[in-house]
Amino acid sequence: MRRVALSALLAHWRRHPLQLATLLLGLALATALWSGVQAINAEARASYARAAGVLGQDRLESLVPARGLPHLDQDIFVSLRRAGWQVSPLLEGQWSRAGISVQIVGLDPFTAPRSALPGMILDETRITDFLAPPGLAYGAPETVAALTGVVGLPPLAAAEGMAPGLLFTDIGIAQSLLRAEGRLSRLLILPDQPRSRPELAAIAPGLERRAPIEQADSAQLTGSFHLNLTAFGLLSFAVGLFIVHSAIGLAFEQRRPMFRTLRALGLPLRDLVVVLAGEVVLLALVAGLVGIALGYLIAAALLPDVAATLRGLYGATVSGSLSLRPEWWLGGLGMALAGAAIAAGQSLWRLWRLPLLAPAQPTAWARASTRALARQGIAAGGLALVAVLAAVHGQGIAGGFILLGALLISAALALPGILALMLAGGARLARGALAQWFWADTRQQLPGLSLALMALLLALSANIGVGTMVASFRLTFTDWLDQRLPSELYVTARDQEEARRLRDWLAPRIDALLPIWKVEGTILGGPVEIYGVADHRTYPDNWPLILGEADTWQVLARGQGMIVNEQLWRRADLALGDTVPLPGGAVRALVGVYADYGNPKGQVILGLDDLTALYPDVDRRRYAIRTDPAAVPELKTALTEEFGLPSDSMIDQGRVKEISLMVFERTFLVTGALNVLTMAVAGFAMFTSLLTLSTMRLPQLAPVWALGLTRRRLARLELIRAMLLAGLTLLVAVPVGLILAWVLLAVINVAAFGWKLPMHLFPADWLWLGLLALAAAGLAAAWPAWRLARLAPSDLLKVFADER
Amino acid sequence: MNARVAVLCAALASALPLCALAQGFAGMARDAEGYGLPQRGQRLAFPIDHGAHPDFRIEWWYLTANLEAPDGTPYGIQWTLFRNALAPGNPGTGWSSSQAWMGHAALTDETAHRGAMRIARGGIGQAGVTTAPFAAWIDEWRMQGIAPPGEDPLSALSLTAQGADFGYDLQLAAEGPLVLHGEEGFSVKAESGQASYYYSQPFYRVTGRLDLPDGAVAVTGQAWLDREWSSQPLAEDQNGWDWFSLHFEDGSKLMAFQLRGEGTAFRSGTWIAADGSATPLSDDALALRPLSETQVAGRRIPTRWRLALPAHGVDITITALRGDAWMDTMVPYWEGPVRVNGTHAGTGYLEMTGYE
Amino acid sequence: MLLNIENVEKSHVSGGSRVAVLRGVSLSLEAGETVALTGESGSGKSTCLHLCAGLDRPDAGRIVVVGCDLARADDATLAGLRRGTVGLIFQQFNLIPSLTVRANLAFQARLSGRDDPDWCGELAMRLGLEGLHDRYPEQLSGGQQQRVAIGRALAARPALILADEPTGNLDEATGDAVLDLMLELVAESGAGLLMVTHSPRLAGRLGRRVRLTGGRLA
Repeated sequence: MRRVALSALLAHWRRHPLQLATLLLGLALATALWSGVQAINAEARASYARAAGVLGQDRLESLVPARGLPHLDQDIFVSLRRAGWQVSPLLEGQWSRAGISVQIVGLDPFTAPRSALPGMILDETRITDFLAPPGLAYGAPETVAALTGVVGLPPLAAAEGMAPGLLFTDIGIAQSLLRAEGRLSRLLILPDQPRSRPELAAIAPGLERRAPIEQADSAQLTGSFHLNLTAFGLLSFAVGLFIVHSAIGLAFEQRRPMFRTLRALGLPLRDLVVVLAGEVVLLALVAGLVGIALGYLIAAALLPDVAATLRGLYGATVSGSLSLRPEWWLGGLGMALAGAAIAAGQSLWRLWRLPLLAPAQPTAWARASTRALARQGIAAGGLALVAVLAAVHGQGIAGGFILLGALLISAALALPGILALMLAGGARLARGALAQWFWADTRQQLPGLSLALMALLLALSANIGVGTMVASFRLTFTDWLDQRLPSELYVTARDQEEARRLRDWLAPRIDALLPIWKVEGTILGGPVEIYGVADHRTYPDNWPLILGEADTWQVLARGQGMIVNEQLWRRADLALGDTVPLPGGAVRALVGVYADYGNPKGQVILGLDDLTALYPDVDRRRYAIRTDPAAVPELKTALTEEFGLPSDSMIDQGRVKEISLMVFERTFLVTGALNVLTMAVAGFAMFTSLLTLSTMRLPQLAPVWALGLTRRRLARLELIRAMLLAGLTLLVAVPVGLILAWVLLAVINVAAFGWKLPMHLFPADWLWLGLLALAAAGLAAAWPAWRLARLAPSDLLKVFADER
Repeated sequence: MNARVAVLCAALASALPLCALAQGFAGMARDAEGYGLPQRGQRLAFPIDHGAHPDFRIEWWYLTANLEAPDGTPYGIQWTLFRNALAPGNPGTGWSSSQAWMGHAALTDETAHRGAMRIARGGIGQAGVTTAPFAAWIDEWRMQGIAPPGEDPLSALSLTAQGADFGYDLQLAAEGPLVLHGEEGFSVKAESGQASYYYSQPFYRVTGRLDLPDGAVAVTGQAWLDREWSSQPLAEDQNGWDWFSLHFEDGSKLMAFQLRGEGTAFRSGTWIAADGSATPLSDDALALRPLSETQVAGRRIPTRWRLALPAHGVDITITALRGDAWMDTMVPYWEGPVRVNGTHAGTGYLEMTGYE
Repeated sequence: MLLNIENVEKSHVSGGSRVAVLRGVSLSLEAGETVALTGESGSGKSTCLHLCAGLDRPDAGRIVVVGCDLARADDATLAGLRRGTVGLIFQQFNLIPSLTVRANLAFQARLSGRDDPDWCGELAMRLGLEGLHDRYPEQLSGGQQQRVAIGRALAARPALILADEPTGNLDEATGDAVLDLMLELVAESGAGLLMVTHSPRLAGRLGRRVRLTGGRLA
């Protein structure tokens, strides 16, 4: 019996293939965006885990130079081994040439923890190549592919399972690649230690133990970014659900006569509900699978940009190639099922409550009801209150997202009511009979279109919000780059001795030579870089301070204070005048805070003399050169000829800016892409809603036609109606989007990245977006309108003739 | 001491890549092109030849000792440093050195066998051998010459090594001369002519201290040092061996081995009289027969042997102190102290490989 | 002549085959004349009425309404005819659900630019719709809705009223009352009336009566 019932019910879809396509496509799109985002997140998380697990660093303690120095001497390694300490040396560094950059990890296969080494390295046929110059560098297949043909690297070999963006080479090879002969970054402490060994301090007093966890902070740093993506995915999913909800609702309404007949023929209500639920599950599974396939494509297309973003913003390397991980595709299928259940739940519930002899004609399945609008309005108000509370009391990124979510849902819920008010106002202002009818009828369409319009509102607000955030960020960032990079040329010597010669040679030829010397260390529990600045007008003239006194730079020059970047200032909750302990025990007072966009690390700046006094063995190889910009090319040539400095040791201001902006643009490429996709889904939701309504609207349109309007004119009015609704929705979306932008700039950014950005308004963008929204609505309405214009009179006449 | 060569060779057959790393990778029983080869008639020169011979592919300093606590409890220790050239020619310096080093250490008593392993590369000082003063080391494990100037540097040594659950610190004094095996140290290993340079110092008196989980134990006893280097010491069809170094109570000593191959085993050895005079043994002089086996690491290994050397009136039973003296290193093999009964009583060491 | 139908033919496509509904119908109607068009279910009564209203076009023949040849008119002309010349009354009333009674009543008159609030007010009074002005169609009874529809049709003072079973959805008593009212108002306005009905009783109340059988007028 159930089978008979099911086939009768499924026959509906054969007669309404478009409806079926709408339903499947809607659910598939929703699932696709969600699972696409989740696929990206899963891939990134896997990459972090692999990166953290490189050579077992996620499990093993290591020994690092105690005073925040970048390197330790390899003799210390030998001394420790000969004293019984089972340690393995690592040298890590960024190798770059001609704009190509890769993380080099030099290791010693003899002592490295065996279980942590990729098997390939120990391939006995290649180990001699690995050890002997020119060496052999193993990388993830994609890393190797990206670096093929790059001059200056050892021969490359692909190894599965490696973290992307880095190369393993023998430590000796790494030393020459990174120009760090005789130096190591740190020593891994192996798990098995012999029976007795001397105290660390007795052998290597300059080293300190570091817990394994500190090196695996990518996941933590990037968490906010992934939350961001997830939020976007969820938004898209919600937008997609609007489509599914309307399609399922329509299918149920249209089959109500059949439900009645089936029940009259003796099919128990329970069975009918079970059969219909089964049908929904079946459809959800099909759509879910399609959605997962689409999601895979989306993720594969976006992943390289996401990887670039994460590298640019956080220095985290993420594989650019995608694998099918159960955690996201199963999740995607689950979301498809859950989404279908949510979308069908209301319809099934109504069916459950439906009296057997209820009128079989499809009533307006979403009829205007002031009460419903009022209920929605109350819910919207409640959520708005939640948003306000989150804004006032919210903490961190979670608070930010609660604020965002409450804001968006509140706006969406309030939309039908607001539109109804606007349309009522329009009706009051309307003069002619047709105009009056137009406004009144538009208002009557509102319930049927409100889901699609809510979807459109979400898409538009997200677009305005994110667009404003990105544009504000770009404006601020470019200004800041101009200020922050006043020097015309940046050079790095290969060693301290060369640096000294460079200094002497350059002194008479340029305006000023500004050291960029730094040490790394830990301040207030977090990793920081400590720089020194020369007492030079370049800094007071150019360096953008967020907080500070007029004499900040003089205080620094006297060695009596420090300034920190915004990230550190916010993270450590510092105030001017606070004294902060530096690595090594010295204490300095905070005298200023500067903006430092795009840097995941905390940063401290001291006076140059102060820095060298505190950390005498600071790396002194980098300099910024102030000179006539026109003289830069000449200077570069001279440096190459005089010192044999390779071109990658020098970088001019223009190139730095170019790279920074490139990183910036790529960072927001994904956001842009998701924005467009969300808009597309919203447009599709509108289209399906209009299509659905168009068949149900004939009884409303036929009398108007009969009373003297041409079909063409009616079609034109339908088109205008859709665009009017889109336009009005945009009017609501602009303030919502601006609030969203403010939340992103002032709350989410601070929590996620550690910096706050000023908000700028870009009305031209809204205009553009408005045109886009109108175009989307026009497109969505075009086909239904065209169908109306071409409708045979006999179809309209059926309205009068049919016994309904 | 073919057996030790074969221990290294086992690495080649092993699937463990790091083992291969420590061993050299061109294959020991394979091609020796580019490496030095032992020459018949070449006289060994000391103390130069106590040091490393980087132009040969493989080399070792291999010491075993049979020790006893004051209460008579027997112990055995092993201290081995292997050297392997990963490529022929100039060994290079720093990290690019082609010399790989591996250390094995073990301590065996009646209750347990404990072992440890270290590997390192040459060139940076983590492992190596010097002659003046004599020292062989890897990490904190050391074999250090302490002989007065003018005497053979190997005549007095201090020796230390440790693992996670054992350690030892011993002083060794030689009471007899160096013994050259084969033809003045030129030792043939197979019918097809493979050979090595091979000499021993079997006459050490030992005193010192063992570190065991239950505490330190003072010990005394005898030790035997083997020195051997070569580039292609084994024939391809040789797949397992049994090797004995025995101290008899009358002061005489015996080094004997058999290489098990496709056909009949190739047997050889050296009879060392109490005064240090050495007599090479011909292939048919020895009779060897396993008496009983022990189940170790999933294989059956003969841990009780009958050995007969009629020319010297020897007919003895050799019994392992512990049947499970299994070296679970990257190249697993059996190496442990033995007791000798029969016409000659004594102690010694037994090494076996190739039992699958 | 108000309405002149000459040899009109019309067929419908039904289930893939063409079914001839009207096979050469001729009929004419003078101003002030009331004609009942009767016939069995499916005899083509409604089709004939729809053709006269310019809602559809005949396959052959001529229909002239107040001097306008419908067969040659374009969509816009037909729409203009429906707005100003013809008043339509349907069985299902077909009021515009989004508009109030007041707006529905005046809708067609305003569309055709002949809005006359006084006339609308009078119509409302005569139709007994006072007090219902601000209601929506769904809040009215069937009889009330049909009275609004009649008022809507008359409000623009059309020359020709076309009614399709105007009382078909009403009970007999209500139907009779509504019909009385309609006939009275049509008579007052001087318009011609062509009314489709299957009821001989109702047909008898009109001035003339024609019967459709087999696609032809008997």
